[in-house]
Amino acid sequence: MSEPMVIAEGVHKSFGRLEVLKGISLEVRQGEVMCLLGPSGSGKSTFLRCINHLEKIDAGRLWVDGDLVGYRQQGSKLYELRESEVCRKRSTIGMVFQRFNLFPHMTAAENVALAPVHVKGVPKDEAFKRAAALLRSVGLADKLDSYPAQLSGGQQQRVAIARALAMDPRLMLFDEPTSALDPELVGEVLDVMRRLAADGMTMVVVTHEIGFAREVGDKLVFMDAGAVVESGDPREVLANPKHERTRAFLSKVL
Amino acid sequence: MDQSTATRDLSQAGLPPDQIKAVPVRHPGRWLATLIVLVIAAVVINSVATNPRFGWGTVGHYLFSSQILEGLKITIYLTVVSMAIGVVLGVVLAVMRLSPNPLISGASWFYIWFFRGTPVLVQLLFWSFISALYPKINLGIPFGPSFIHADANHLITPFVAAILGLGLNEGAYMAEIVRAGILSVEEGQTEAAQALGMTRLQTMRRIVLPQAMRVIIPPTGNETISMLKTSSLVSVIAYRELLYSAQLIYAVNFKQIPLLLVASIWYLTITTVLSIGQYYLERYFGRGTARELPPTPLQRLRRNLAIRHARVPLPASESSGRGVGVP
Ligand SMILES: Nc1ncnc2c1ncn2[C@@H]1O[C@H](COP(=O)(O)OP(=O)(O)OP(=O)(O)O)[C@@H](O)[C@H]1O
Ligand SMILES: [Mg+2]
Repeated sequence: MSEPMVIAEGVHKSFGRLEVLKGISLEVRQGEVMCLLGPSGSGKSTFLRCINHLEKIDAGRLWVDGDLVGYRQQGSKLYELRESEVCRKRSTIGMVFQRFNLFPHMTAAENVALAPVHVKGVPKDEAFKRAAALLRSVGLADKLDSYPAQLSGGQQQRVAIARALAMDPRLMLFDEPTSALDPELVGEVLDVMRRLAADGMTMVVVTHEIGFAREVGDKLVFMDAGAVVESGDPREVLANPKHERTRAFLSKVL
Repeated sequence: MDQSTATRDLSQAGLPPDQIKAVPVRHPGRWLATLIVLVIAAVVINSVATNPRFGWGTVGHYLFSSQILEGLKITIYLTVVSMAIGVVLGVVLAVMRLSPNPLISGASWFYIWFFRGTPVLVQLLFWSFISALYPKINLGIPFGPSFIHADANHLITPFVAAILGLGLNEGAYMAEIVRAGILSVEEGQTEAAQALGMTRLQTMRRIVLPQAMRVIIPPTGNETISMLKTSSLVSVIAYRELLYSAQLIYAVNFKQIPLLLVASIWYLTITTVLSIGQYYLERYFGRGTARELPPTPLQRLRRNLAIRHARVPLPASESSGRGVGVP
């Protein structure tokens, strides 16, 4: 079996007095695609944001690629990481957002080349060549110089995926990448993700696309109210959910 | 039935069947308003041109005099330097104000409170009298040894007092403008940049500030024009900017009105130049927000001329305008 890429052990997170994550434990192995399902407000986005330390966890432990997220452990003591160390770690984790979050003042190619140039120090012309290749691979060879406002939702999301891939991430996080899209544009984004999975990328995908989870997912985790309700093989869980809450949720989504 | 008749009529007129040729709506109100405006304009122009007390001859005589031009140069210099200080200070104060550290944001709040809360005229006078408060100025380690000693009277010349008064005051206003700009940028932008591994400083410089510019520039243009005129307050500390130069001349020849006109003409001229500059800056930082950049006045002029010549509706984009004589 392959090495674990993400390990969560009893991850807790509160916003003020609202406890959003109540002890999440799970494991994602290298090359695996884990789909995260659950009703609105169950803490899926929050958990995803904990993985690349956009949110600090309050209790529990979280490892990505063998490193503790946000801290260094020496003996029994935890030391907070410096900003530069957090940034270096984040640069190995790609993230794709529901609302794309492309930089509107840059063209598609500039969006993709930005982080390699300024975070990794890749020479500009090299970064732009790579950006062109990546955009070509997501079917946007003719959109290099388009600004986000000139692209459709599906095209914007594909640029966003290319932007994340440009950092050669070890892990990709997707937060409902297709829920802001018109139905006819969902397919083109899922196709790109499917190919990524086939190429062996480790992915954690929050999604309501049951078909994608069944077809591409290696593992499915159902969350509700900040806790993992059930998990397992997607085909298994989707075909006969064991838990009442899973059943209730699936009956609404399917 | 109706439709086919209409089509036939149009084709008889030799027009393509879908080209609309309709009688435009009449606007009698507009004509009346235009007439009133024209009459008022004529009255004003006539009185300005024929009233000898305006002294247009004197205006012409002094408009390019060396004293006035020297004052103009100083006014422009004051405006540029004070605005530069104001903008840099404003960015620093705005970022401080948004800091999670309450001491840092509090310091910024206090600065803004103080400098916005006192008249700039008072601040200018204060700086020019600073030597009464601190006759000696020492730079060094606080409460420790100091390295540079200076006599305040030598260090704070009228120019330095003017720059300090105008620039530090402007910083407080610019801080609020920059802060509004930063807050106008969606949080998802910061998040996306951080997820890519960019530091907070990189995110601010590459992602947030460039987008904030769109919100920051129009009020900053306003501030610059306002600064141009506020700099005339410096005349109270006897610094020879444009207004004071004019005052020095009319103190001798008593031609107050013509010389104030000379100063006004120059203020108007620079304001015009600044407005044009602002238009192009806004256009630059607006890239990506609109699907198409608005045309520059020059492009609009050329397009209009091209339409006159070719009588062909131009496509919306300049670059794809084919064969209509746009160079
Ligand atoms: N920064 C925050 N401050 C306070 N509360 C927050 C914050 N972020 C999220 N929450 C709360 O945490 C809970 C979980 O939010 P989260 O976005 O993780 O849910 P989700 O499962 O992703 O839901 P959805 O499917 O609607 O995206 C919600 O009740 C939300 O209001
Ligand atoms: Mg969410």
